[in-house]
Amino acid sequence: MIFKKRDGYSQYRFFPTTASVAFTIAIAGLNSTSVLAQEELNALVWCDHTDAALIEPFEKKNNVKVNLKEYEGTGAALSIISQSRPGDWDVLVIDGVDVPRAIDEGILGEIPNNALPTADFFPEVVMEDNNTRNGKTYAVTEKYGYNTISFDKSKVDISDMKDMSMLWSGKYDGRIAIYDYYLPVIGLVGLSEGIDTNKVNTSNMSVIKDKLLSLKKASKLVGDVVSSQTALATGEVDILVGGGEWVTAVLSAEKPNLDWVIPEQGGLRWSQSIGVMADSGKKDLALKFVQYITSPEGQAKLATSSCFWGMPANKKTEPLLTSAQKKALRWDNQADYLANSQLYPIPDATLDDLMQDNWTEMLQN
Amino acid sequence: MSVDSDHSLRKAWYFVTPAIAWTIAFFVIPFAFMVSVSLASRVGRQIVYSWDLDNYINFFSKSYLLKGLFVSLEITFLVTILSTLLAYPLAWIIAERVPKKWQRIALIMAILPFWTSYVVRSYSWLLVLSTDGVINKSLLQIGIISEPLPLSNTTTATVIGFVHFFVMLLTLTIYSNLIQLSPNYKRASADLGANAFQTFWHVILPLTLPGIMVGAFLTFVLCIGDYITPQILGGNNELTLPQIIMMQLGRRADIPTAAALSIILMGVVTVAYLSCLRWLKMERT
Repeated sequence: MIFKKRDGYSQYRFFPTTASVAFTIAIAGLNSTSVLAQEELNALVWCDHTDAALIEPFEKKNNVKVNLKEYEGTGAALSIISQSRPGDWDVLVIDGVDVPRAIDEGILGEIPNNALPTADFFPEVVMEDNNTRNGKTYAVTEKYGYNTISFDKSKVDISDMKDMSMLWSGKYDGRIAIYDYYLPVIGLVGLSEGIDTNKVNTSNMSVIKDKLLSLKKASKLVGDVVSSQTALATGEVDILVGGGEWVTAVLSAEKPNLDWVIPEQGGLRWSQSIGVMADSGKKDLALKFVQYITSPEGQAKLATSSCFWGMPANKKTEPLLTSAQKKALRWDNQADYLANSQLYPIPDATLDDLMQDNWTEMLQN
Repeated sequence: MSVDSDHSLRKAWYFVTPAIAWTIAFFVIPFAFMVSVSLASRVGRQIVYSWDLDNYINFFSKSYLLKGLFVSLEITFLVTILSTLLAYPLAWIIAERVPKKWQRIALIMAILPFWTSYVVRSYSWLLVLSTDGVINKSLLQIGIISEPLPLSNTTTATVIGFVHFFVMLLTLTIYSNLIQLSPNYKRASADLGANAFQTFWHVILPLTLPGIMVGAFLTFVLCIGDYITPQILGGNNELTLPQIIMMQLGRRADIPTAAALSIILMGVVTVAYLSCLRWLKMERT
C-alpha cells in the first residue's frame, strides 16, 4: 500500500508515484482526444488490403484511421455481417460473383455511376451484370486473377501441369495441396470433367464430389491462403490445386521455381469487388476509399500487396508497375488468359449447401 | 428457528447471492439461449425457431459430422494418455531427485514453453515437422531414413503439438501432489518390507491419483475443445468437432447447427467429468 508508512519511505514515494500516474493519465487522455478527433473507417476486406503500403497513403491524405478486418470466403463475410450491428461496417470487399447476392440481401449501397473509373478497366472484368442492378452501381471490380494450378517447376513436369487429369494419375500422389475454398476448386474439378462453371448443379455435383474425394486421397493437405502458399514455398508440396499468380507472383523474386499455368481444360477467374455498405454512416468517406483503391496509385499497391498479388482491374496502372512485376503478373498474356477462363460457379442456397456439405465430407475423408 | 440462526442464514445468502447471480448471468442464461438456438433452423441469414431436433438428427445422420466427434475423442484420449505418461516421471524427478533449492528453477524450465504464444508454438512445430524441418533433415543425414517422413499436416502432428503443451500442465498438477506427500508413507512402506517399485505402485501412485486425474481431466477438457492446434498442424486432413463448429460459424453462418454441435461437445465433457468424479477430490482422505 502506498499510504502505509514503512521506514518513512512509502509516504515519500507517494507523491512522485501519484504525479507519474497523473501524468500518464493526462498523456493517455491527450492521445485518446486526438484519436477521437480522427475519423475512422471500418472495412471488411481480403488480406491483400491489410498491407500498410496500400492503406497508409489514404489514411495520411484524409486524416482517417482505416480499421481492417480480413476474412476468407463470402460465407465468412456474411457471417460477420449478420453478427454485427447495422453501420458497423463502411466498406466491403467481396468475391465478384457474390455481389448480386450482397445486393439482394441489401448489404451494399448505391454508388454514383460516374464516381468510378471503369472506362479505364479491362472490359472483361468490369462485370456490369454483377456489379450493377437496374442501371445502378453497387460495387466495382478492383483486382482479378486465376485459380488454376501452381507448381514448383523444378520438381514436376510442366507438360503434365497443362493437363488436369494428371492430378488423378497417381504420379503426384502426396505432393498435392488443395486450396481450402470450395467454389474455385469445385469449379476447377468440374472443368476437368468438362462441366462449365455455370452448368454446375445439384445433379452433376455427385460426379464432381467423386473426383473431389479422389483428389483428396492424392493430396497432402488442404490449406488456406497462407498455409497452402507456405506448403508450396517450403517444398512441403509440389502442386497447389486452386493456386495461380496470387500464390507465386508475390514470391517471384525469392522462389523463381514457382510457376502457374492455365490447363487445357481451362481455369477459373477470380475477381474481387469493392463497395460501400448500405448501412454505413460514412458513405462519402467510404466512397473516397473505393475511389482510392480503384485509382492507378491504389491499384498498383493492391496488385502487388504483400499478402497476394493479382492483376489490377484498371489498365492505367501499367506505368506504375515495374517490368518484373508485370512479368510476374503475366500482363502481356491477359488476352489469352481471359479467353480461357471462366467465372466461379454461382450457386443458389440449395446448391451452396450441397457444395459445402461435399466440401466438408472431402476434408473429413 | 432462533433469531441468531435467522441472522446467520441471511448473512450466508448475502455471501452466496453474488456467486449465484454470476452463474445465472454468465452460465445458465447463455446456456439456455444456446439450447434454444440449437432447436432452431437457419433460413438464409435468419434464425427461425422451429423447435425441432433437426440439427441433432443431422449430426447423427451425416457421417462426416459424426466422424468429427470420433476424431476429437481419438486425439483427446491419445494426448491425455501420452501426456500423463510423460509428465509423471518428469514431475517425480523434479519432486524426488532434484535438490530442493533447484526445484523452482527446474519447474520454470519445465513450463518455459508456456511463455510463448500458443499460435506461435503451433507454427513452430509445423516448421520442425515439415519435410525439410529439423527432424527429417537429421534423420536423413544420419541415414535412418531415405525419404522425408510425412509428419506435418497430419493427425500425428496435432497430437505432438498437444502433448508438448499438456505435458507442462500435467507436470505442474502432479508435482504439486507429489510434494505434499509425507515422507513417512515411504518409510512405513519400507519398514513393512516393500521394495522401491512396490512402494511406488501400492503407496505413491494411489496417493497421487487425484492429482493425475485433475490434470488428466483438465487436459481432456482443453484438448477436446481446442480449435487452433488441429487447424494449424492437422492440414485439414481430419476435422475435429471444434473445427466443424467453426466451419458452421465462419463459412455458413449456420449458428443453430454450431449451437447443436457445441451442446453435444458439452455433453461429452459432462460424461467425462462424471466418469472422473470419484477421483476429482482435491482433499486427501
